[in-house]
Amino acid sequence: MIPASFDYSAPSTLKEALNLLKDIGDEAKILAGGHSLIPMMKLRFAEPEHLIDISNVPGLSYVNFEGDHLKIGAMAREVDLEDSKEVGEKFPIFHDVAKLIADPQVRNFGTIGGNLAHGDAANDQPAVMIALDAQVEITGLDGVRTVGIDDFFYGFYATAVQEDEILTGINIPVPTGRFGNAYHKSERKVGDYATGGVAVHVELDAEGTCTKAGIGLTNVNPTPLRASRSEEALVGAKLDDTTIESAAQYASEDCNPSSDLRGSEDYKRRIIKVLTKRMIHKALERAQ
Amino acid sequence: MIQCKTSKEIGGMGHSMKRKEDDRFVHGKGNYVDDVKLPGMLYMDIVRSPYAYAKIKNIDSSEALKIPGVLAVVTGKDLEQYNLHWMPTLMSDTQMVLPVDTVMYQSQEVAAIIATEKYIARDAREAVRVEYEVMKPVVNPFKANDEDAPVLRTDKEDQKDNHIWHWEVGQKEETEKIFNDAEVVVKEQMHIPRIHVSSIETCGCVADYDKVDNHLTMYMTTQAPHAIRTVIALVAGHVGLTEEKVRVISPDIGGGFGGKVPVYPGYVIAIAASFLIGKPVKWIEDRSENLQADSFARDYHITAEMAGTKDGKILATRMKVLADHGYTDASANPSKFPTGMFSIGTGSYDYSHAFMEADAVYTNKPPGGVAYRCSFRVTEAVHAIERITDRYALEIGKDPAELRFQNFIKKDQFPYQSPTGWEYDSGDYEAGLKLALKTVEYDKLREKQAQMRKEGKLMGIGLSTFTEIVGAGPSKDFDILGIKMFDSAEIRVHPTGKAIARFGTKSQGQGHETTYAQIIAEELGIPAKDIQIEEGDTDTAPYGLGTYASRSTPTAGAAAAIAARKLRDKARKLAAHLLEVSEDDLEWEPGKFSVKGAPEKSKTIQELVFAAYTNHPQGMEAGFEATHYYDPPNLTFPSGAYICVVEIDPETFEIDVKRFVAIDDAGNIINPMVAQGQVHGGLTQGIAPAMYEELIYDDDGNILNGTLMDYLVPTAVESPNWETGHTVTPSPHHPIGAKGIGESPTVGAPPAIANAIVDALKPYGITHLDIPITPAKIFEALKEKGVLDKPIVG
Repeated sequence: MIPASFDYSAPSTLKEALNLLKDIGDEAKILAGGHSLIPMMKLRFAEPEHLIDISNVPGLSYVNFEGDHLKIGAMAREVDLEDSKEVGEKFPIFHDVAKLIADPQVRNFGTIGGNLAHGDAANDQPAVMIALDAQVEITGLDGVRTVGIDDFFYGFYATAVQEDEILTGINIPVPTGRFGNAYHKSERKVGDYATGGVAVHVELDAEGTCTKAGIGLTNVNPTPLRASRSEEALVGAKLDDTTIESAAQYASEDCNPSSDLRGSEDYKRRIIKVLTKRMIHKALERAQ
Repeated sequence: MIQCKTSKEIGGMGHSMKRKEDDRFVHGKGNYVDDVKLPGMLYMDIVRSPYAYAKIKNIDSSEALKIPGVLAVVTGKDLEQYNLHWMPTLMSDTQMVLPVDTVMYQSQEVAAIIATEKYIARDAREAVRVEYEVMKPVVNPFKANDEDAPVLRTDKEDQKDNHIWHWEVGQKEETEKIFNDAEVVVKEQMHIPRIHVSSIETCGCVADYDKVDNHLTMYMTTQAPHAIRTVIALVAGHVGLTEEKVRVISPDIGGGFGGKVPVYPGYVIAIAASFLIGKPVKWIEDRSENLQADSFARDYHITAEMAGTKDGKILATRMKVLADHGYTDASANPSKFPTGMFSIGTGSYDYSHAFMEADAVYTNKPPGGVAYRCSFRVTEAVHAIERITDRYALEIGKDPAELRFQNFIKKDQFPYQSPTGWEYDSGDYEAGLKLALKTVEYDKLREKQAQMRKEGKLMGIGLSTFTEIVGAGPSKDFDILGIKMFDSAEIRVHPTGKAIARFGTKSQGQGHETTYAQIIAEELGIPAKDIQIEEGDTDTAPYGLGTYASRSTPTAGAAAAIAARKLRDKARKLAAHLLEVSEDDLEWEPGKFSVKGAPEKSKTIQELVFAAYTNHPQGMEAGFEATHYYDPPNLTFPSGAYICVVEIDPETFEIDVKRFVAIDDAGNIINPMVAQGQVHGGLTQGIAPAMYEELIYDDDGNILNGTLMDYLVPTAVESPNWETGHTVTPSPHHPIGAKGIGESPTVGAPPAIANAIVDALKPYGITHLDIPITPAKIFEALKEKGVLDKPIVG
């Protein structure tokens, strides 16, 4: 790989990194695991003048349950979720998604923070974070601010993280009652971006009525997409086949896929419908 | 079971000896072209065209030349001064080294940068300003000869359209008559997709021209170093590079698969640059360049037809091919065979009439037509015959296995004369298919399929019982640029009984360092571990046409056996001398001669070799060396019976290959483990075009999947559990009865998979799908047919 030439800094504190960002301005780019950025640099689609490598910044690699939240540091690697038994018990959806992200080499290096901050609707974690109603911690020189996942993705490769800020963490609420979640994507071969992917999280009361639902869709919209109508169809209802079928139907209608080498728009809508149905069933099973 | 004639210590044929070369590779000690580093070496990078068809108005190198470390920007006009801007292809067409005025495909070489570092060269690539006038390209081969299509090869005086050649074989009129009178005729239009070999190592070279000695050493990724040296001498002899002044070294190669047979423009530009500058020049393609610009394989549009009786007797076949060659015919075929061995397409079946024809056209795509792990267009032929045979079985409602048994060429019909002119050497197709059916438990599977269909599930079973044609080839028919397609072996045994053997072929991962040693061990009794194998250096190895088309074992392997037998004859004379008996009184067992009836009187091969240097009889030539150039009397015809079982998700149409049984008959096997490895790799390259790979172009000639992110090369994850086995029908004319194994799986697997998928979709009335068959393609086919989500009927 021969990228365009660039400068490189590896600050050892967050403050140092933020100061560098401020000084260099919009020609600087944060390098985390590098598994989205470096392929783009290889093809010279991205030619940042300055890379700020934050892998030496301490304290960003945590995966902890704290109070009623699962807290994930921006530099936690995909493999950290994949390997965590505790995470798998509460959020098997993270084991589902991690196993579908590229290959083990990539997961050993690629970070959860980078997966979100890249702002690519083809990445898998965004849909999961939508389903789980994640909060994103963004740090600037002025301090930390928290942005809800629905306000995080702005557009194509654009997020709420400003030029002088760094995504530092993700907080996921841990429900107290019955809940279940699941993710799957259709891919052409292992390591491929999704033809379509669906993340589902459901919470149920004692009678089995759905009290909360989160459904996120991968790679069928310019930004990661929340399937709101599908969620509404589930909440307040018993999740029988008819309800699930209509939620799946809404998801396939409300997404905006485009025809490409992965398949026609019609095919992708079908994938979304089928996967929504299957993931609701799977989440429901896990909620038992 | 394979019977070994030699002990494990000797390690002759049939022993699953571990590959001798692998120690080097697993320790990271392989020596590939990119590992070659010479003092003062410069680096070359290539500016490529963003357009499929455009006039070059101007090339401005001034900004690039300002970059420190950039020494030169070479253009077509520079090469024109030396008449090096065009070069011949293997098919006697012509190909641009660098264009003077027109680019003919996207990613074509436009200019080359020579710099002191590869990073500088790549940066300078961005700084070369090329002004293009974009023209409307010819992309669709079916429209290449339309009236409004531009004539692409205006450089060729007689070229008035985009038609390259017409070829035909067989009995046109008789075949037509059979078709007119036949009870059943089936016909399908098929495309064998344009694919790419995608070897792990890309192409590259280090051209090292020594101005003082007027000598060129060319380290390059080539499967045919000797032929390349001759070609260089023919092309550049006029500037002083005559053949004795050229040394081609093909070091370790990370996969070739036919893609390293052609001469690419990059090699020639590197030679020209080294010649002009007087320093070594290294050129290594990156992955995208390799995929987008180097030779493609396949890309045959085939209309396949079969005529037969209602009860399943095949009477005749007809095939009409439209071959998309890109802008020049740079296929890698023997000279007399513009469609390679496509005429093997009557397959494993016994019928008297066939007619095949092909027309090739120019389009604005990269040139190629290499034999991708395939003996020159055999894959295309096998796909057509195996698909249309299944189509016929479907039409008359007969089980495809039963139909095949009914039509197989029988064991006692060999040597068999095919209606297209081949003499099949040997085969036992019934035995192969019987073993495959037994392994897969075919009858039970069909019952299971019926049950699954009742439950609305999609399950399919696909067969492929193919015949390959490899080992090109006999000198009466086979040459490349006039050079006959023999191959060679030279064995030199040292006084202590250890040996070095050199060959005209060149392994790219096939395991020659092991298998050739085993052939010599078999014949001479010297342990295979004591025999060093060398290939790839034209200064040391005997002349040969190289490794491709499964020809190494049939040609150079045979040469090794015969050269070893010459040495055994000499050993017999030495033994007679030392034991003071007549030659007729001696008995050979692997590794020693002993006196008949007095086995305690014997001499080992090592003792005899030592005597050849220390105590040879008067009148006998000293030393222990032999060379043989083997001109095969016929090709060899390996065969196989493959069965694939798939299940298809009825909602997403994702395809799950549940079983894949591959029974190969490659004649006698040299090393079962190496052969099995070849089959595993070949099968994986068989599912590639069947389910994943195709180079896709839009209407403007832009490649849509020019990186491995979208050109889907299957990995171990996509590979099912391969169940392999074999039957053994030795080749009657080959010295060790071997036929060649490397390509059978790549050739035989795609139709087995396609047939399985089509069989799974039978309840929907699908009769054919073009490969690669993807879930999205199945969806579109069912949608178009109006049967999407219709309940299926068993």
